[in-house]
Amino acid sequence: MIKKYLLSLASILLLAFTLQGMANEAQPLQSDAAVEAQVQRLATQLRCLVCQNQTLADSHAELAQDLLQEVREMAAKGMSDQAIIDYLVARYGDFVRYKPPLNKTTSLLWLGPFALLFLGGIGLLVMLRRRQAMQAELPLTAAETRQINELLK
Amino acid sequence: MKKALIPFSLFIIMAGFLFKGLFLNPREVPSPLVGKPAPAFSLPRLDQPAKTFSPKDMLGQVWLFNVWASWCGACRDEHPLLVGLAKTGLVPVVGMDYKDTAAEAEQWLTERGNPYLLSAVDADGRVGIDYGVYGVPETYVIDKAGVIAYKQIGPVTLESLRDDILPLVKRLQAQ
Repeated sequence: MIKKYLLSLASILLLAFTLQGMANEAQPLQSDAAVEAQVQRLATQLRCLVCQNQTLADSHAELAQDLLQEVREMAAKGMSDQAIIDYLVARYGDFVRYKPPLNKTTSLLWLGPFALLFLGGIGLLVMLRRRQAMQAELPLTAAETRQINELLK
Repeated sequence: MKKALIPFSLFIIMAGFLFKGLFLNPREVPSPLVGKPAPAFSLPRLDQPAKTFSPKDMLGQVWLFNVWASWCGACRDEHPLLVGLAKTGLVPVVGMDYKDTAAEAEQWLTERGNPYLLSAVDADGRVGIDYGVYGVPETYVIDKAGVIAYKQIGPVTLESLRDDILPLVKRLQAQ
């Protein structure tokens, strides 16, 4: 009886160890929570170049997985966010950053909307001024004044 | 009459930009590597895994570095061009077999011809990341000093070979 009990206990333990071994194998280098947090933070800031409108975090492309692994290894080495981004920019260009930096080629992208807003504001101002001037230039005629007085009586 | 011209001209300007946009390829991301030394690496050769290849082995000559894989559909399109180019002997082409298995790669080359001086094997894609590879095939023109002069993303075409790559190779060879 006891022998049977011990045997089943041993097999349960064995099973537990096997399962644990498998779980460890599936997640390389994910032991450090801080590193993983950094990887996740960076994954939302970097672009997958295969599926261009997705971040590394969203993408399931093979290259995205490779890049994430690369980022994870760099993070595990203690590199800062900026150092890791610089490393990837040196290879893939600014395009790899999901939020484009402000520089000469992207100035139109960043400043264009403000320029359009400014132009639109000027256009609106000019139009309003003109309308005001038009109203001022049109005093009531004698007939209109008479009509108003009639109505107000 | 004059007032109606303003929205119309705005429309024409916008249409002009959009029309230009039709002919741009969003996949062509300008590589920051052009003008920089080709990243160093040492990878086993496909034909002789015991030997390694390193870009510095090619110092002193202009060469093409072509990233390919047997699983890559567009590589199939450009392959005959590379085979033809190899026959002319104008410029040596070194291949890099990207995230592939040796058996499939060997079979691919036997079936379609081998235009490569040799192929380096980048099984895990690490060197690919150093070269900013994101869409196989990609082709680099590397000059005598080992500096990347040009990067072609996507398959080499007859036009790109005739209009861009070969004139550049000739110019670099004359230097």
